[in-house]
Amino acid sequence: MNKLSLIDLLSLVIRRDLVLAMRRRADVLTTLIFFVIVVSLFPLGVGPEMDMLRKMAPGVVWVAALLASMLSLGRMFSADYLDGTLEQMMLVPQSLSVLVLAKILAHWMVSGLPLVIMAPVLGLQFDMPTQALWVLIAALLLGTPILSMIGAVGAALTLGLRGGGALVSLLVLPLCIPVLIFGAGAVEAVVSGTSVGSHLSLLGALLLIALVFTPWVTALALRISME
Amino acid sequence: MNWGEFFFMNGYAWYIWGSYGMALLIFFIEIVMVRHRKMLILEQLHLMRNVENVVT
Amino acid sequence: MAINWFKYSAPSTFYGVAGKMVPWFSWSAAILFVVGLYIGFFVAPTDIQQSEAYRIMFIHVPASILSMFIYLVMAGYAALGLIFNTRLSSMMASALAPTGALLAFLSLWTGALWGKPMWGAWWVWDARLTSELILLFLYLGFIALHASIDDPRRADRASALLAIIGSVNVPIIYFSVQWWNTLHQGATVKFTGTSMHVAMQQGMFTMMLAVWLYAIAVTLLRVRCIILERECKAQWVSELVEVRR
Repeated sequence: MNKLSLIDLLSLVIRRDLVLAMRRRADVLTTLIFFVIVVSLFPLGVGPEMDMLRKMAPGVVWVAALLASMLSLGRMFSADYLDGTLEQMMLVPQSLSVLVLAKILAHWMVSGLPLVIMAPVLGLQFDMPTQALWVLIAALLLGTPILSMIGAVGAALTLGLRGGGALVSLLVLPLCIPVLIFGAGAVEAVVSGTSVGSHLSLLGALLLIALVFTPWVTALALRISME
Repeated sequence: MNWGEFFFMNGYAWYIWGSYGMALLIFFIEIVMVRHRKMLILEQLHLMRNVENVVT
Repeated sequence: MAINWFKYSAPSTFYGVAGKMVPWFSWSAAILFVVGLYIGFFVAPTDIQQSEAYRIMFIHVPASILSMFIYLVMAGYAALGLIFNTRLSSMMASALAPTGALLAFLSLWTGALWGKPMWGAWWVWDARLTSELILLFLYLGFIALHASIDDPRRADRASALLAIIGSVNVPIIYFSVQWWNTLHQGATVKFTGTSMHVAMQQGMFTMMLAVWLYAIAVTLLRVRCIILERECKAQWVSELVEVRR
């Protein structure tokens, strides 16, 4: 076990989590369908005027993505916690942060990536221009991993608690506000013809900060929750 | 300036007294709640003590 | 004179010390409230632009500033508790949270009542109001997390981590909300362009000090309750006068 390099460890955990997720495809689909339904409900709520819908589209897609990513957070650690795998992971000689990072990446591939792929189709429902769709994809690609990372901290803190689902949203949603602002802002910027770069680079900066700190903080939170 | 004029606040009475009224209410409720909490824990400690006295 | 701080950081010692300090803080808070309100309502002149409505400032500004300050103090105590494993700091953090949340709520309430006559709307998506709302959410998250964990040690440590993450996030959130606000050309709220009258400043600082002392007093009262709840099985608790009675 000691010979395992960090990259090997990362890919091992990611592959394991992906295999497990593929065994329970329904869970993955539920998140995606939730995302589609929430976005489709907005025109029914506010009316079909295309001008207004075009203006609302970035915000609607981003808020729906935020809510959809909350749904799957409970599953990030709970299965491993219940069957004792998590306890074993803490005893591994490699750092727990790397294991956590792998789990976050796997979680993002299962619950974040499908949203990114689905978003342009939903954008068409709102008559978004092609250029805006590309920016939407880029912003979601940068933003949804941050949601998974911040969500991982919340999931680790609420591990095994009753009413964990609502609680984790209460903890995580306020912290995700900057992602929402810059992500939706980037798409709005391209629609209104101003520079997109500043929004996307700020999102990228947030992603880097989250990448450095959240695995470590999540590992700390897991240790607090497990002791 | 008489008191009627003072409480009228040049037409802003609702806003001003609404603000200070809520402040007063919040401070009052907070103090009452903390006192109630203290009463509860003291009662519980009395109970625990009495039980111990009976046992020993 | 070297004070042995560790002696005071034991809950059993601090319980008595806090009990002796509470009357001092609460009485000086009460006196300062009276003085501050007197200056605010009788000495400070009517504002040229805002007429009497600006007098809401004397409670709004102290509530806003202290709600933010208390969050930082709470995160500081939480960090101390997490790093040095001192029980008292964690208790202080959880005693501060309800006061901070109530002050954040008060700040939003008075802000709405000030906003209605000034901008014609109860709520404006101004950067500062929005940040204050998010601050209230952060407080509620802290309280909810602490309340839903039964084991006090895990509750302290988990919510301490949350408070630290929150305090790191507050500048990022504030910056992003400011950015969002300028992009959408939202309402910018500036206090009257002219400099504040001296009496207005005095009134505001007196009220700020009063709210500050009040917050300390009520936090000490609450931390005494928390100490009793946590240490209810300890020998020193059963020997207290108020328990023996």
